[in-house]
Amino acid sequence: MSKSPRKAKITTDQKLKFYKDMLLIRRFEEKAGQLYGRGLIAGFCHLYIGQEAVVVGMQDCIGDGDQVVTGYRDHGHMLACGMDPDGVMAELTGREGGYSRGKGGSMHMFSREKNFFGGHGIVGAQVPIGTGLAFSNKYKETDRVCLTYFGDGATNQGQVYEAFNMASLWKLPVVYVIENNMYAMGTSVERHASETELFKRGISFEIEGMEVDGMDVMKVREAGMKAVEHARSGKGPMILEMKTYRYRGHSMSDPAKYRKREEVDDIRSHHDPIEGLKKQLIEAGEASEDDLKAIDKDIKAVVAKSVDFAQESPLPDPKELWTDVLIESEGV
Amino acid sequence: MAKKTMIEAIRDAHHIAMEADEKVVVFGEDVGYFGGVFRCTAGLQEKFGKARCFDAPICEGGIVGAAIGMAAYGLRPCIEIQFADYAYPAYDQIVSEAARLRHRSGGQFTAPMVIRMPTGGGIFGGQTHSQSPEALFAHVSGLKTVIPSTPYDAKGLLLASIEDNDPVIFLEPKRLYNGPFDGEHDKSIVPWSKHDDAEVPDGHYTVPLGKAKIVREGKDVTILAYGTMVHVAKKTAEDQGIDAEVIDLRTLVPLDTETIAQSVQKTGRCVVVHEATRTCGYGAELVSIVNELCFWALEAPVERVTGWDTPYPHSQEWDYFPGPKRLGAALNQIMEA
Repeated sequence: MSKSPRKAKITTDQKLKFYKDMLLIRRFEEKAGQLYGRGLIAGFCHLYIGQEAVVVGMQDCIGDGDQVVTGYRDHGHMLACGMDPDGVMAELTGREGGYSRGKGGSMHMFSREKNFFGGHGIVGAQVPIGTGLAFSNKYKETDRVCLTYFGDGATNQGQVYEAFNMASLWKLPVVYVIENNMYAMGTSVERHASETELFKRGISFEIEGMEVDGMDVMKVREAGMKAVEHARSGKGPMILEMKTYRYRGHSMSDPAKYRKREEVDDIRSHHDPIEGLKKQLIEAGEASEDDLKAIDKDIKAVVAKSVDFAQESPLPDPKELWTDVLIESEGV
Repeated sequence: MAKKTMIEAIRDAHHIAMEADEKVVVFGEDVGYFGGVFRCTAGLQEKFGKARCFDAPICEGGIVGAAIGMAAYGLRPCIEIQFADYAYPAYDQIVSEAARLRHRSGGQFTAPMVIRMPTGGGIFGGQTHSQSPEALFAHVSGLKTVIPSTPYDAKGLLLASIEDNDPVIFLEPKRLYNGPFDGEHDKSIVPWSKHDDAEVPDGHYTVPLGKAKIVREGKDVTILAYGTMVHVAKKTAEDQGIDAEVIDLRTLVPLDTETIAQSVQKTGRCVVVHEATRTCGYGAELVSIVNELCFWALEAPVERVTGWDTPYPHSQEWDYFPGPKRLGAALNQIMEA
């Protein structure tokens, strides 16, 4: 058992990597918010600030060849998958250098290289797709696993249960990660869900579910390892309900009238995933304030570079409107 | 060369595609063990195993969504929606995901998949088992929409669709499954065995997507038709003694505008027919295209013969269906203009 990655002690280097990965998402999203405010990002933009521990902890549980698919709050997932911040930021600004060459925008980005299957703007629509990706793994007799992320709001979509049923019936290697940030757009879980303990939503499909503190990257990782092992060993799907929180509005146009400022401040002050890990690292003597400041400085440089790239990259050529529609239509 | 029904031709195409490429998987409601409610997938599970041909729960959105995930990761699913009317629960997945994956990923991912569905009326299915929703698919950029009218075309078009790298909606006129129905509903069914286009070669062949077929040559008026209405159009032209050229469009997207334009420029008259409801039906698109490409050659306004703008009826099926009488009246009218 000591060789199981789940049980192995987490090294300082790993912890520092989690810190860096979470901080990259935080700083990237802060900058995206600023660019939005300056009119450089148009349309929709859903920030991941507050939820960083979920994706960073989960990504540590998978390896090359495993797949990731998520909804529209997707910037953090892409960065955690190792996608280049330049390409993500340039897609936000709708430029040729973006991951979808400006055709997708904030909600619709992909990377074949990183096995990242989007970026889906319709609530819950990615859940059957992730299930189908898992089917491909089983069909091809690989031991790959698909992480399928969705929010608490998506758990009320009918097609999610269609997917649960098929995944359990066919024992597909998929982990359903419910990012319960407490609000489906502006509607709190209590006001949108008859059963608010969302990890129980798989019971009638015989899918095991776990509730996880999604503000603690170590706890996320621990639960993630268990779920990924379960799926990889052929036992079928598992559900992880990550109790998390988003500090910003649902989107940039959200006045956030549905919750009190004190609620946000309380979580920020007492449960922030990045501050939490920082405290652990310093208290355990694994890093100094200065070490962590140096990391922040490096990350800010990476993000600043992505902003430059996203502004310098040209807009797509007008003829690009007609490409990637149907294969035959190219060059028309 | 053997004569086959459209069902047998479709089944044959499945066998060939699955033999040729193990990435082809076939599933849907009752598709595996039972072989499909119309028997189009009979024998596939016995031959290729449960991993490649299997039953899905009754959940069209989930079925299409799962197929998109499979297609994005290297498989080529050919799935059945049991009736075209059941595509509505899956419409989100078809429109927002299957059709759009390629564009929104900047060409990184595609969804090479076929969604087969029996379409149209003529079997007293009432409003939820008789509709012709082709315009809802043809309207969606990123999809191809195919509709055969003969066993020969059904096999060749289905193989071409499975081999195509774009998502294809494959509509099978269910009234044609067992015979070339020409609209004479009170007469006994003529089986495919008595029809020339039921000659289906063994082995692999394709009918290219985007190529219409002139199924009856004529010089006085062009009839644009697809699916069941192709047979109605041929029969009506013969009965009325009108020298009509009947074009079977075979694929609605991409559309063979060249064949249409050549014919209408020759005849100077055009009648557009479909079983679907009239308003915003595919016929409206055809009329536009004919006007755009052939306006100065037209001797008369383009006529439309369609289903009425009503829910598909049950007992009044034949009042709804645009059969030989309505088409005949339109042909006579346009010839007098």
